[in-house]
Amino acid sequence: MSITRRDVITQSAKLLILTPAAAAFLDYLRGETTELEPKYKIAEHYWAMTIDIDKCIGCGNCVRACASENDVPDGYFRTWVERYQIDAWPDEHPRVDSPNGGHDGFPQSKAPGAKSFFVPKLCNHCAHSPCVQVCPVGATFETQDGLVLVDKSYCLGCRYCVQACPYGCRYIDPRKQTVDKCSFCYHRISKGLTTACCETCPTSARTIGDLKNPKDPIHEFLRDNSVQVLKPHMATGAKAYYKSLDQSVR
Amino acid sequence: MKDAAHLLRLAALFAAGIIFFLLVRQIAVPAGFGKYGHFRPGAIDDVRARPISFAGKAQCEMCHPDQLKALLSGKHAHVACEACHGPQAKHALADDPMANKPVLPDTRVLCVRCHEANSAKPKKFPQVASADHSGGEACKSCHVPHRPQMN
Repeated sequence: MSITRRDVITQSAKLLILTPAAAAFLDYLRGETTELEPKYKIAEHYWAMTIDIDKCIGCGNCVRACASENDVPDGYFRTWVERYQIDAWPDEHPRVDSPNGGHDGFPQSKAPGAKSFFVPKLCNHCAHSPCVQVCPVGATFETQDGLVLVDKSYCLGCRYCVQACPYGCRYIDPRKQTVDKCSFCYHRISKGLTTACCETCPTSARTIGDLKNPKDPIHEFLRDNSVQVLKPHMATGAKAYYKSLDQSVR
Repeated sequence: MKDAAHLLRLAALFAAGIIFFLLVRQIAVPAGFGKYGHFRPGAIDDVRARPISFAGKAQCEMCHPDQLKALLSGKHAHVACEACHGPQAKHALADDPMANKPVLPDTRVLCVRCHEANSAKPKKFPQVASADHSGGEACKSCHVPHRPQMN
């Protein structure tokens, strides 16, 4: 048996060349993923939401619309409305209520003298999201177009992200035992529609905007108004921008 | 030259190991992983695959331009059709829209959701205490919901 060093090298090189071919063949066998929205270019969008506290009337249309659009089980919320009631002084302890998430509206306040307003809440789709950082299986991820989504086929239902979310936006779906949350109605906005909550808001208190589209009115809104995000000190890169947000809101 | 034989065996072992690793990786990693980021691209499609339940104002306008015209001439111009009439994708996007005909909402329930007086509502927003205002009478006996000024 006479094997030269040259033989060794050429034989191993041949084997290595065959490997990607085998990989490509396997890819072909399993089939590539299909594009549902071929017109939607993921790199050309970056979504954010604006919420005008001065316009919210607490009617609960968004909560009902969201539940219907996204099949949210009773008692769980992808979006909900909170009512803040703050006495003039001392103002450290605002009373916050959200009966059934604001789904059925709000009863008249028993303390009509207090400063009072509604705050709609939903997933902030953080650019540096704590929920993505804690997921042990990579089931929660940030997309190029600025959304935080859940891969339900990976989710173990371990609840780490539910605890990590500083805004309380996540819940475990009792039917599947996987996590669920607002997706900015990705199935709608990728078709060119607005979200269910924005569609049904009677006072246009909420608007979804595309930050990568220079013609989107969101730029005007952000330029002309004083806007804030919730818990800015946590540096989550939240993308739900609130206009006229009171300092008491957490 | 006989020393080369054990080199070959070692190389073959390494090559086999690398091929085994690459094949396992190929099977374990979902197709297209990393295309858009560190996740399975099919997960995006899973989210997008959800059917819509609200058809959108543009869809309503196609068949009901008269109602929309009335709506746009009044104070409710900025209110979308489905904000009051509910999700209508089953009606609007169906082959036979008459199969899922929308039910007219009860104005005594519908109107007060927005217009019942509440101290937390913005002061500028028109509000009434419905019990004093109409005494249980249906709102639409005086107001037209699409153009809510008095008849």
